[in-house]
Amino acid sequence: MSVFLASAVEFVEALTIVLAMGVTRGWRSALAGVALAVGALAVITALAGFALASWLPESLLQLVIGTLLLIFGLQWLRKAVLRAAGLKAHNDEEETFREELAAGRDAADERRLGVDWFGFVVSFKGVFLEGLEIVFIVITFGLNADDVPTAVAGAALAGVLVLGAGAVAHRPLARVPQNTIKFAVGLLLSTFGTFWAVEGLGVFAAGGESLAWPGGDAALPVLLAAWCTFAWAAVRVLRGGHRAVPAG
Amino acid sequence: MRLLRGFGRFWYDFIVGDDWRIALGVVLVLATGAVLVATGALSDAVLAPLLGAAIVAVVSISLVAGARR
Repeated sequence: MSVFLASAVEFVEALTIVLAMGVTRGWRSALAGVALAVGALAVITALAGFALASWLPESLLQLVIGTLLLIFGLQWLRKAVLRAAGLKAHNDEEETFREELAAGRDAADERRLGVDWFGFVVSFKGVFLEGLEIVFIVITFGLNADDVPTAVAGAALAGVLVLGAGAVAHRPLARVPQNTIKFAVGLLLSTFGTFWAVEGLGVFAAGGESLAWPGGDAALPVLLAAWCTFAWAAVRVLRGGHRAVPAG
Repeated sequence: MRLLRGFGRFWYDFIVGDDWRIALGVVLVLATGAVLVATGALSDAVLAPLLGAAIVAVVSISLVAGARR
C-alpha cells in the first residue's frame, strides 16, 4: 500500500510535466526524454538493489535504508503537516501544468540529436527525479519485506492506473487527492523508517543482531498510531493564529 | 566542476530536502543510539521507544522552524 500510494503521487507529478512538454514542444522529444529516464532508472534499480541485497548484512541494510526512508518520510510528513495547518501552499497540478506550459512556449527552439532539446531535457528530468523516488521506495520496502516483486507490482499498478487515466483524460490529474495521499505516505514512511532504522542499530551490538522493538512487529501499528497522533496534534497547534497560504 | 557541483546538489536536494534539520537530527539521534547500543547502556525495550521519541522531537523542532518562516 505504501509503495502504491507513494508511486501514484510521483506518477501524477511526472505525468503533468510530460503532458506539458508533449503539448508545447512535441511528443517525440517528450517521449524520448521519458524513454531515456525509464532506461536510466531501470539500470539504477538493478544495480542498487543487487548491491544492497548482496553486500550488506541484514541489520546494516535495515539501518541504511531505514535511515534514508526515515529522512524521506519525515520530509513528506513535515510538508503535509505544514500544508494541513495552512502554513504551506497546497500542491495544485493544474497550476503546475499552466507553469510548465508557459515555460514550454517561452523556451527557445534548439534541436539536438534530432529532438527538441528543451522538451527532451525537461521530460527526462521530470521523469527521472520523480522516478528515483519511486525506485528508492520500491527498493527499501521490497528488500526489507524480502518481497521485491510485490513492491514492484505495487509501483507498476500505480503507474498503469495514473498513466492510463492521464492518457484518457489527456490532462493533468488534478482530482487525485495528492495532499491527502502525501500525508498518508509521510505517515507510513515515517513509521517504517523509525522501525527499521532503530532495528538496524543492532549492527553496533556485540552480536550484530537487529535490535528488537517491544512486541516485535506488533510495534508497527503502535508506531503508526503514535505518528498519526503526533501529526494530528501538530496540525492543531500550528493552525492556531496563522493565516492560510493560498494554493499555488 | 559544474557537473560535480550539480551532481552533489541533486543528491543533497534528494536526500536532505527542504529542511536540513531533519536529516541532521535523525543522524544525531541514530548516532547517539549507536553509542548506547555499542556500550550496552540500555536494554532494547527501553532504547527503541526512547529513540522513537527523540525522532518525534526532531520533527517538532523542524515544524516550529517551518512555522516561523
